[in-house]
Amino acid sequence: MHEKKKTWLTFLFEVIVLAVLFTIVQYAITVGLINQSYHINITSMCINIILAVSLNLINGFTGQLSLGHAGFMAVGAYASVIMTNNLGMPFIVGILAGCLAAGIAGFLIGVPTLRLKGDYLAIATLGFGEIIRVVLQNIDYVGGPAGMVGITRLTSWPWLYASTIVTILVIVNLINSSYGRAIISVREDEIASELMGINTTSYKVLAFVVGAMFAGLAGVLYAHFFYIIKPETFGFLKSFDIVVMVVLGGLGSTTGAVIAAIFITFLTFALQKYAAVRMIIYSLILIIVMIYRPQGVMGSKELTRKTFARIWGGKK
Amino acid sequence: MSLLEITNLHKSFGGLSAVLKFNFRLDTQELVGLIGPNGAGKTTVFNLITGVYKPNGGSIVFNNENIAGLAPYNICKKGVARTFQNIRLFKDLSVIDNVKIAFHKNVNYNLLNTILRTPAFFRGEKIIEEKALEYLKIFKLEDKRDEIASNLPYGEQRRLEIARALATKPIMLILDEPAAGMNPQETRELMQLIEWIRQDFQLSILLIEHDMSLVMGVCERIYVLDYGQIIAHGLPEEIRNNKKVIEAYLGEEVG
Repeated sequence: MHEKKKTWLTFLFEVIVLAVLFTIVQYAITVGLINQSYHINITSMCINIILAVSLNLINGFTGQLSLGHAGFMAVGAYASVIMTNNLGMPFIVGILAGCLAAGIAGFLIGVPTLRLKGDYLAIATLGFGEIIRVVLQNIDYVGGPAGMVGITRLTSWPWLYASTIVTILVIVNLINSSYGRAIISVREDEIASELMGINTTSYKVLAFVVGAMFAGLAGVLYAHFFYIIKPETFGFLKSFDIVVMVVLGGLGSTTGAVIAAIFITFLTFALQKYAAVRMIIYSLILIIVMIYRPQGVMGSKELTRKTFARIWGGKK
Repeated sequence: MSLLEITNLHKSFGGLSAVLKFNFRLDTQELVGLIGPNGAGKTTVFNLITGVYKPNGGSIVFNNENIAGLAPYNICKKGVARTFQNIRLFKDLSVIDNVKIAFHKNVNYNLLNTILRTPAFFRGEKIIEEKALEYLKIFKLEDKRDEIASNLPYGEQRRLEIARALATKPIMLILDEPAAGMNPQETRELMQLIEWIRQDFQLSILLIEHDMSLVMGVCERIYVLDYGQIIAHGLPEEIRNNKKVIEAYLGEEVG
C-alpha cells in the first residue's frame, strides 16, 4: 500500500514538473522574453525530438536500419497542409491526416522492404525516401518543386509540447511491454525470436508504421510553423540528420535520442554565427564522440526514475 | 501413439542432398536421440522440423497435423520448442526478459492497453512476471533475474535457454547438443535435468548429441544419421553393436 502511494506521488511530481516547464515557456513566449530565433530553436528542438525518438524505435529497438525517415515526414507535412490550407479543415484534422498518411506510407514501404536485412534494407529505404520526394516534386497540386507556400502558422507551443510528450509516452509505453520485448527480441536474434512464437515480420512492420506515423506528426508541426514546405527539405540529408541524432544518443535509448536531439539543435543554433567553420566543428564533435563513445552518449541505457533517485541519494 | 511422424523428408542445398528419404517417429513422452558424425545433417533435420528451413519434399506430421513448410513462429505455437547448438539467447537482455519473451505468444492485453497503461496491462504484466519467475526458480536462476544474459557462465546460459524453450509450453522439446562444451560433471547434472524435465513437464524430447555417454544413458531409442540418411535405429544396446554405425564413426576395416 505504501509502495503504491509512493508511485502515485512520484507520478504526480512528474506531472507537476512537466506542467511547470510548459507554463514557464508559454509565459516567456507570451510576454516576449523569447525572441523569434529562440522560438524557432525551441520548435526545431521539439520536432527533432519527435523525429529522433520515432526513428530510434525502428533503428535502435527493432534493429532495422532505415534511411528514409524524412520521406515519412514529407508525407505527413503534405497530407496535413492539403487538409488545413486547401480544404480548410481544423488543425487537429490535419494532424490526424498527416499521421495516418505517413503510417499508411510506412506500411506500404515496410511490407516489401522489411524482408531485406542490414545494408540492403538501408539502401531500399533510402531509395523509397527519394521516391517520395521525387513524386512530390512532380505533382502540380502540391506545387511541384516550388512546394506549398502560404501555410498558416498553427503550430503553437501547446501543440508542440503535447505532441512531443505524446510521442515519447507512446513509444516508451510500447517498448516497456510484452510487445516491446517482442520488438527488441527481433533485434537481438531474429531466428531465436521466430522460434519463441513471434512473427518477426509483423513486429518489424508494426515498429516501422508507428515510427512513420510520428515522423508524419513531426512533418505536420514543421509545415505549420515554417509557412512553407518544399520537397527538397525532406531529402536524404534530412534523413541522415535524424540518423546522426539516434546514433549519437545511443541506439536503443529513448532518453539518449532526446538528449542528442536537444544537443544537436542547440549546436546548430549556436554555430550559426560562425557559418564558415560550422560544419567543421559539427563534424569534429561527431567524430570525437564516435571515437571515444561508439555506443553513443547513453549506449542502450535509459535515464529512469531509479537513476534520478540514485542521483538525489534516495534509498530505492 | 506417435506424436511426430516424418516420412521421406528431403532437403537439398543446390545440388547437395543434405537430408534424403528421412523417416522418423517419436511417440508421446518418449526420449529419442539422433546421432551421427559431423556433417551428417542432424541440425538440418532440426531446422526442417522447426521451420527454419523449408523442406523440398516429404511430410512432417506433428500431433496429427502436417507442419512441413510452416513458418517457425507457427510451428512454435503448435507446441514445438528447441534450443540451439551454439546458444542463441537474447544476449543484451536480462535473464528474466529472456524468459518473458517466450510468453508473448499468449499475451492477454492488446496494443491499446499497452499505450494507455490500463489495468489490463498491469494485470497481464504481473502474470507474465510471476510465470517467468516460476521458470527461473525451477532452473535455479532466480538470483540472477536482472543480470544480462551474456554475463552468465556457460552452463547457466544453457539452463536459461532450456528454461526459455520450456516457457513456450511445448509438447515436444528439441535439444541440439545440450552438452556441448560441458565437463563430465556438468553433463551428468544435465542428464538428470533432462530426465526430470521429461517427467515433470510430460514432454517428448528429441536430442542431438555427440557425447555418447549422455545419449546411451538417457535415450530410449536412437536414430543414426550419416550422409543425410538413417543408417540404423533401435535401442541403445543395438546401436552400440551395430556394424554400420561403427563404420560410420570409425571408418571401415581395411582388408
